[in-house]
Amino acid sequence: MAEMNAKLDRRRFVRNGIRAAGAIGLGGTAGLLALGKGQAKEYVWQLDPDKCVACGNCQTHCVLDISAVKAVQCFLMCGYCDVCTGYYTTEHFKLDTAAEHQLCPTGAIARKFIEEQAGVRYFEYTIDEPLCIGCGKCVEGCALMNGSLYLQVRHDLCLNCNECAIAVSCPAEAFRRVPADKPQLLKKQAQELTDAQSQGPAEERTQHG
Amino acid sequence: MIQPVGIGRLIVVVRSANKRLSPGTNKTSVRGANNNYGDYEPLLGILLPLILLVVAADVALPANPIPLPEFTEYQVPRTPVPEANPAWREYLDLAALAVGLSLASYLALRRRSRRGLFLLTIASLAWLGFWRQGCTCPIGAIQNVTLAVCDPGYAVPAATVAFFVLPLVFALFFGRTFCAAVCPLGAVQELVALRPVRLPGWLEHTLGLLAYVYLGLAVVYAATGTAFVICRYDPFVAFFRLGGDLNMLILGGCFLVAGIFIGRPYCRFLCPYGVLLRWASKVSKWHVRIPPDECIKCRLCEDVCPYGAIRQPTVVQDAGQRAEGRRRLAALIVLLPVLVAGGAWLGSGLSVPLAKLHPTVRLAEQMRLEETGRAEGSTDASDAFRATGRPLGDLYRDAIKLQTGRFVAAGRWLGGWVGLVIALKLIHLCLRRRRDDYQPDRGTCVSCGRCFWYCPNQQALNNGGVKI
Repeated sequence: MAEMNAKLDRRRFVRNGIRAAGAIGLGGTAGLLALGKGQAKEYVWQLDPDKCVACGNCQTHCVLDISAVKAVQCFLMCGYCDVCTGYYTTEHFKLDTAAEHQLCPTGAIARKFIEEQAGVRYFEYTIDEPLCIGCGKCVEGCALMNGSLYLQVRHDLCLNCNECAIAVSCPAEAFRRVPADKPQLLKKQAQELTDAQSQGPAEERTQHG
Repeated sequence: MIQPVGIGRLIVVVRSANKRLSPGTNKTSVRGANNNYGDYEPLLGILLPLILLVVAADVALPANPIPLPEFTEYQVPRTPVPEANPAWREYLDLAALAVGLSLASYLALRRRSRRGLFLLTIASLAWLGFWRQGCTCPIGAIQNVTLAVCDPGYAVPAATVAFFVLPLVFALFFGRTFCAAVCPLGAVQELVALRPVRLPGWLEHTLGLLAYVYLGLAVVYAATGTAFVICRYDPFVAFFRLGGDLNMLILGGCFLVAGIFIGRPYCRFLCPYGVLLRWASKVSKWHVRIPPDECIKCRLCEDVCPYGAIRQPTVVQDAGQRAEGRRRLAALIVLLPVLVAGGAWLGSGLSVPLAKLHPTVRLAEQMRLEETGRAEGSTDASDAFRATGRPLGDLYRDAIKLQTGRFVAAGRWLGGWVGLVIALKLIHLCLRRRRDDYQPDRGTCVSCGRCFWYCPNQQALNNGGVKI
């Protein structure tokens, strides 16, 4: 019986030892990872529009019914063209807002007349995001001109899956994790223009014409 | 010869041509009220290819070919950026996890209430499964933690680390209460385990090894920055989201159908996190007990456990059997390093098939097939690669470097791990523990509570009646 007790005690001792080691190991790893790197912030998925090839996978591979990826207009890059290659199809082309002449399958781009200068008419193109399905057709079309339309993951919709299904299928490897406090990845040029605008001189220009 | 003229000017030409053409030259009537426009298909037919040619020909073209017009009144709007998901949501989930774990441990160990555990299971399924749609989960967090350890450039969020650590800490003290009623993947299988059959021991033990192999694979792929395979092949997340990849829906459906007859097939035979919890639970301070006091050896608990986790009382062996067992154990301990080394040697040969999942290697393979004419046409990926203008040699070099470097090491680790697991399993099978009554196996038991719910002594206690 004494032998039996000794055996049980030894077993309990070993178990306690392993448990303590496990707890310390877990705590240590957690502490090192969460705090040791001094960067305990959240990451979210974003796509780099400079790498994007507008293949259409964003529309079809997102786990949401309607993709969290939306087309985004950088107005500072836009030429406000009358003949917008992001808005009109190039087959059966007519300068007519009828659905069959529009590239966008859901009619998510609003075309608004702004003004006419020296016989040139300028139009503003705005994305109606709830309608946008992220197919990238307008992005592909706009890339023929200024490329002011580009795709972005919208983080009010994105579920932030641990492994983004679009990232897995992206042929251009354009998806990556970015810090959640800077969740947008603008086109390099759009970024420069936006920076310039917020610094002053460009803002003046847009205000006074 | 096309001159690389400023494309901005060209567009102005298009615009003014458009203006000139607009009232007249109507070949066909224009549908719609907006009759200001004419049909100028032919013009575009000529100009568009021209424009494209200029774009293609002139590499040094300024990036913005059409300048922003100078408007008189209109102000150029800023691109709207929607508000992101608030960060507190992550911490709310974490709090829910902590509350769920505490509640599950309390219900399983203190209250011994199967009904309470069952209700908690449904609540967890609703919250972590259907509302939060299966992300973040501690199972997938294995990969985030691995990647953070192996890749200094990746900083894992504190909430994810907490998600990974918390259930393990609870398992160290209370057993697998996370599996019992908190994990949404376990919950969905718990609910379908209606007609469980008992698997033969050899099958149970052999299939159980799969989880270790899956854990090894998941760690290897996360460490090499290839993919998060646990998330990619999560069988139930498509159900939580009520939609997803068809193959994954079919796989999940198969698991659920199998789960009617084989209790929790994913948890027992595949779940990589279950492996960690199993080992934490083996040394847990407290664990679910079947009878409230004394076992009457009625075997009801063994009968009702759908997960084959109840161990029978042992029979006393004679001296010859004991000596035989000791000899076998000694042989297996000698065999252990041989199995590990053999596994590592075999595993290093797996580097090429293992590397196939890496996007760079896959792209290089596709490019090679296309370049040598063995694949017809091109894929989006190869087109995208050609558009970057990166030399093909670079890509091949990267792919070969992965195959002969990182993945050889990864294969060696994986092989060694599998060898170790097999050796330890064999050793474990010939170790004998004396048991006088029916007990749950601390590693296998998920603390679902069926055993004590069925225990006649517990029933008697609950009803305030006489003990049998």
